[in-house]
Amino acid sequence: MFARLIEELPGFFGYYNVLFLGKAALATLGLSAIGCVVGTVLGLLLALIRMTGSRALAPLRWLAILFVETFRRVPFLVTLMLVFFSFQLSGADLPLFVVAAISVSLIAAAFLSEIIRGGFDSVHRNQWDAATAMNFGLLDTVRHVILPQAWRVILPPAFGFFVLFIKDTALASQIGVLELTYAGKVLNNKGFSAALVFAAILLIYFAISYPLSRFGARLEERLAPSRHQGP
Amino acid sequence: MHHLDIKGLEAAYGAVPVLSGIDLPVAKGDVIGLIGPSGSGKSTILRVLMGLIPPTAGTVTLEGNLVDYRDAAAVRRLRERVAIVFQQYNLFQNMTVLENVTVAPVKIRKRPKGEVETEARALLAKVGLGDKLDRFPDQLSGGQQQRVAIARALALKPEILLLDEVTAALDPELVSEVLDSIRLLAEDGMTMLIVSHEMGFIREVSSRVAFLDRGRIIEMDDARTIFDAPREERTRSFVSKILRH
Repeated sequence: MFARLIEELPGFFGYYNVLFLGKAALATLGLSAIGCVVGTVLGLLLALIRMTGSRALAPLRWLAILFVETFRRVPFLVTLMLVFFSFQLSGADLPLFVVAAISVSLIAAAFLSEIIRGGFDSVHRNQWDAATAMNFGLLDTVRHVILPQAWRVILPPAFGFFVLFIKDTALASQIGVLELTYAGKVLNNKGFSAALVFAAILLIYFAISYPLSRFGARLEERLAPSRHQGP
Repeated sequence: MHHLDIKGLEAAYGAVPVLSGIDLPVAKGDVIGLIGPSGSGKSTILRVLMGLIPPTAGTVTLEGNLVDYRDAAAVRRLRERVAIVFQQYNLFQNMTVLENVTVAPVKIRKRPKGEVETEARALLAKVGLGDKLDRFPDQLSGGQQQRVAIARALALKPEILLLDEVTAALDPELVSEVLDSIRLLAEDGMTMLIVSHEMGFIREVSSRVAFLDRGRIIEMDDARTIFDAPREERTRSFVSKILRH
């Protein structure tokens, strides 16, 4: 069997295959990056909206809750189909990649807003009191007081989510986006042995997600250092 | 004119009434001691004054101007003149001692950083913490943290200082260092409302003492009358119980 794999190798790493895999890897990386970045920004915004207290903003809070509770519960694939067919019905002719990018952003935003909200909640209520009594507004309180203390609670599950998320982008293949998993199937269908193809795919997934985990660990050290050295 | 005039103030936690009509006129330079059993509403008065709990009835007048607690801008103006020190210190855990004291004047009031830091260093030196500027709150003892909290409140240059059981969370031997800091403020003529169980301290520092029970001021008089010759039976029983131990 190994002899056969080795025999296949030069053909597998031919110019067009490498280009094909590279393109697919870029799609996976792109979808993941968009999901993580847009998801974090939107998630933070959603968490902030839910922290507001004024009566005038109540409808906005309900919308935020509705959004989060919906997209957290709907399977990724269903969201993907929902976005895909919504755009088809509305007649907007968007590239498949954009449709997939919107879907991953919606889902990431819902999950990350809950992770961020959990982080906010982990900071003691008396920190809010002190900030409010000194005329900090919501944004100032979050920026100067709450977020710096919440990182240590937010970062580990957030990066755990990112890693899961990279794998979930494979579902974008279901609407025809050429990403890594899809590329693997195509190459397999072309006649390359599954072991070879999917081993290569596995390595590329690893190459994307491992540095991300390392980055998460670095960020944790920087933003959430433990400094309990005693009095 | 009263510096601060509280009339008919009421507040509730949900359906539970906590303040049932508080009348408390405070003159400039007054040091009002608020005493009473747990749950009598002492701390709630301070929290309502700071706009942390909305009043359900009554009025608060600051130097003749009515404070509308439903108006966020009015509450912000009030907080520029009134500061509070909390029982649990509530120092920002992510900031050093110096940052805790300077953050509000610099980031919120937009005052020049250098000037604020100079003042903060002087304030911290005054409360005996000039050598702890770069420590974090969790590296300090309770008494030290509480003195940082006092310095932080003073850095806002308040006209009125509210002190909410500032020694309740402290070991007995740390109490005196905090009380010394407050004593100095009283001598400087700062208007203060002090909630405390330190009866000896209240007696010494207060110009007037109010005894509260169940959300009402039962009796208010000078410290000597409240402690030695109270008119109300409830005041007498509270004072005798608390002075016995």
